[in-house]
Amino acid sequence: MLPKDLFKKPMNTLESAYEKLTKTAAPDVPSEMCTSCPGCRAMLFTSDLSENDNVCPKCGHHFRINARQRISIIADEDSFQEQNGDLRSKNVIGFPNYDKKLKHAYLDSAEKEAVICGTATIGGWPCCLFVMEPYFMMGSMGTIVGEKITRLFEYATEHHLPVIGFTVSGGARMQEGILSLMQMAKTSGAVKRHSDAGLLYIAVLTDPTTGGVTASFAMEADITLAEPKALIGFAGPRVIEQTIRQKLPAGFQRAEFQVEKGFVDEVVPRREQKEYLARLLSFHAPLPHNTDTEEAQAE
Amino acid sequence: MIEPYERVMAARAKDRPTSMRFIENIFTDFTEMHGDRRFADDKAIVAGIARLNGMPVTVIGLEKGVELKEKVARNFGSAHPEGYRKALRQMKLAEKFHRPVICFVDTSGAYCGIAAEERGQGQAIAENLMEMMTLKTPVVSILIGEGGSGGALGLAVADQVWMLENSVYSVISPEGCASILWKDSGKMKEAAACLKLTAEDLFSLGVIEQVIPEHNGDFEQVYADLQEKLYKVIRTNLQLPTETMLENRYARFRKIGTAGL
Ligand SMILES: [Zn+2]
Repeated sequence: MLPKDLFKKPMNTLESAYEKLTKTAAPDVPSEMCTSCPGCRAMLFTSDLSENDNVCPKCGHHFRINARQRISIIADEDSFQEQNGDLRSKNVIGFPNYDKKLKHAYLDSAEKEAVICGTATIGGWPCCLFVMEPYFMMGSMGTIVGEKITRLFEYATEHHLPVIGFTVSGGARMQEGILSLMQMAKTSGAVKRHSDAGLLYIAVLTDPTTGGVTASFAMEADITLAEPKALIGFAGPRVIEQTIRQKLPAGFQRAEFQVEKGFVDEVVPRREQKEYLARLLSFHAPLPHNTDTEEAQAE
Repeated sequence: MIEPYERVMAARAKDRPTSMRFIENIFTDFTEMHGDRRFADDKAIVAGIARLNGMPVTVIGLEKGVELKEKVARNFGSAHPEGYRKALRQMKLAEKFHRPVICFVDTSGAYCGIAAEERGQGQAIAENLMEMMTLKTPVVSILIGEGGSGGALGLAVADQVWMLENSVYSVISPEGCASILWKDSGKMKEAAACLKLTAEDLFSLGVIEQVIPEHNGDFEQVYADLQEKLYKVIRTNLQLPTETMLENRYARFRKIGTAGL
């Protein structure tokens, strides 16, 4: 049986919008049907790849996926309830071409902003979930991204829920000037309150997580996980190379490097994440009330 | 009107007083403390205890240095993670001993190098943002020159944030912005205007509480003003219940950019 979307142009599967900009030498095949794996050069049917959560079945390369795909992989079926989905950025400081950029981001991603927030269950465990959207201005953080994440942590604090967050970001959104920088402080404040309330926050860092997002909520979790080979850093590799005027060693700032340096707890492949997160959520489930005392009294 | 890029030039000017000058002139008995107890002492950040009108306070400053040799030792005011951790250590001590904290910010940005990444530049700044938000003692941050992105913010989560008239505070340098936008770092003047990075801009955006006049470069007057203003705001904040102070601090950042939502 052929998947029914095989010949339809996917809205934004794989690395469409972003990769088009960076890759010029595309293999000579219809990109809708086949994809060449950057990890092992194998030609893969897009439908096979998509059935495998966009992880190369041959070498395990993790293709970039959009936020909705990620939610469908992680959250229990039909459990995700989106919050603040209608908030949209405005060109508050009148930055040139920002309105146009926002419009293109909307067309590229079919999303209104660079993060999707809501509640869900994962393996039956209730939680708040945020997933950043790489196809919306490379997940950059402006006022609305900061606001949505802040509201989610505030909601989670109020309702005693853990937060699971998937990050992907080029950093703070330049087009909102200082207001985007302030979102780092704002989100950090909300994360701190959630943490001080004794609640669990797990961050899953995906490729790439850099800049102002790394220097705020991506690095503030109780448990920090990462997808294989994800680039994770404060400064991007190009900026570092310009600063130090030398080439960076292979694997620098990748997920495995961050585990080695002590900044990430574990690298978890995409197809194992749901089960892994469910287990972590179960470890932190609220204890049944007064069981100990009742047992002690029974004795 | 002064062009935004002229402010950038003024903020970076070689003869502009650095954090140490402010510390020496505003406080007495400055006693420097070194090291983050984890890795090293980062000379891009100075930290210690001093007196403000007799009151013990913790003072922290991003320091660029004056002479070339000192500038090199201080990495031109670009801190490594251990700098932010040293600052946090001093802030925690300030909290323990109920000392107000005053931070002076002057940096082109947190350092972007191999060692900084290996030791978790992002994590170090992130931790400061979180911890400063709930530090149970008054905090005031003053941008005295360059406020370079996350590296500046790592010392600027405070009850009040002030900027000197010719200081700038931005998410990205005008040069960096220009090279991303127009692939031409030479268009930094245009970029500086787009970024809204002057003290006046930040005041009108509701990001800072005060613009500190520079009296045409008479810094003796600036130090005297700051001494008076700091004492006043810290006295006021010390009288608030801690919970109220922290609620105000949270609300201060919480409201930024939420107009019209
Ligand atoms: Zn492969």
